[in-house]
Amino acid sequence: MTNTTLRSVISDARLVAGKDLRLEWRSRVTLNQLLPFALLVLVLFAFALDPDRSVLKDATPGLFWLAVLFSTLLAIQRAFAVETVDGIIDALRISGLDPAGIFLGKAAGIALHLLVVEAALLVGVTVMYGASPSGLLLVVATSIAATAGLAAAGAVYGVLAAGLRVRDTLLPILWLPVVAPLLIGATQAFGSAYEKSSGAGWRWCGLLGAFAVLYTAIGFVAFEPLLEES
Amino acid sequence: MDPVVRFRAAVCLLGRFPALAGVDLDVNAGEIVLLQGPNGAGKTTLLRACAGLVKVAQGEASVLGVNLVDDPKAVRPLVGLLGHATGLYDDLSVSENIRFWTRAGGASLTDADNAMARLGLDGRLASVPVARLSAGQRRRSALAVLLARRPRLWLLDEPHAALDQAGRDLVDSLMVDAVNAGATVLFASHELDRAQEVADRSVHVVGGTTQPSGNVGHTSEAVEVD
Repeated sequence: MTNTTLRSVISDARLVAGKDLRLEWRSRVTLNQLLPFALLVLVLFAFALDPDRSVLKDATPGLFWLAVLFSTLLAIQRAFAVETVDGIIDALRISGLDPAGIFLGKAAGIALHLLVVEAALLVGVTVMYGASPSGLLLVVATSIAATAGLAAAGAVYGVLAAGLRVRDTLLPILWLPVVAPLLIGATQAFGSAYEKSSGAGWRWCGLLGAFAVLYTAIGFVAFEPLLEES
Repeated sequence: MDPVVRFRAAVCLLGRFPALAGVDLDVNAGEIVLLQGPNGAGKTTLLRACAGLVKVAQGEASVLGVNLVDDPKAVRPLVGLLGHATGLYDDLSVSENIRFWTRAGGASLTDADNAMARLGLDGRLASVPVARLSAGQRRRSALAVLLARRPRLWLLDEPHAALDQAGRDLVDSLMVDAVNAGATVLFASHELDRAQEVADRSVHVVGGTTQPSGNVGHTSEAVEVD
């Protein structure tokens, strides 16, 4: 990829991400639906497992990332629902935007929404489960790496499902198995951060970074043909 | 000079159905050509094929020198398509929509502002979310996107639909102005009286094939707009 092409891709990505953030600012879906949903999942986990905080505290890393995973599904569905109405997919195809730029922009938009949700969830597990991390730097790095991977895979599977009538039910079936490695890695890294033994956590964090790069590379290649078929 | 649009025995499949079943069509630079025909005849598919959105499965097809059989995507930055849908985001304002799509097409924000002014969208409507617009106002906004992007080939599917009298006159004048600026226009319409006034000639599309209909009334230089 030449420098000019890369600049064009980044410019298109900024345009698409900016548009998605403006759409969110207008519709307030993250604020009014995604955040309450994520926090509700935390509450339901607390009801289901035990009011005894020790169980919840031990399970915090896994519960946190499960809540993120469920919220990501909603974020992906929202991100591509706005592109599938009133001929917008055709407009995108014909727009002159680089498909790789659209992919990066959509992924960046999803990632920013998720980071807001994760910040709220961190406060939530601290307040509700009594769990506070000792390795804050590892928590931040893990969140960024895992979010990048979730968003990149989400953008790929979001556009794949966009053209299908059964997209709302099919998306979880397709996407969740693919991001299972991210769930495992992020849970392990968070486990280390919450247990004051961050050494192994950084190795898991590195693995998450590798998955994020892999999913982004797949998105660069696969997004265009998927957009054509959607 | 090669025609802007050249189809020879072109076949386009929608699934297994041949929506275009051997189309022959030439459109020369600077022409305004009307596609007319009954519902389901293939007019929309023909326009979408010209935009590189539907694959040409057999035959020959080129638009603006781009071979649509080999590389349909290459023609997309060169054409503008206004279909039945407007391609606008409901939650963004008129101005935000037009500016987004204009920038996406590589045109300047000045082009966007000029287009909004031409379509009468630069007043209070500019900041109104598209979701609150009437069908005619949405159509005007979509036309502003098309105008701002200054395509070399305008592909319009029922461009007069949902518009009031002033809006319809404006569409006609936009087509004539586009041609005067060096573009070419291919459009489909069921409003034959009006469409034939502005078109240089018309082509019948019937059952996925084309039949030339010859010259029709032409409005050459300008169409008056209220």
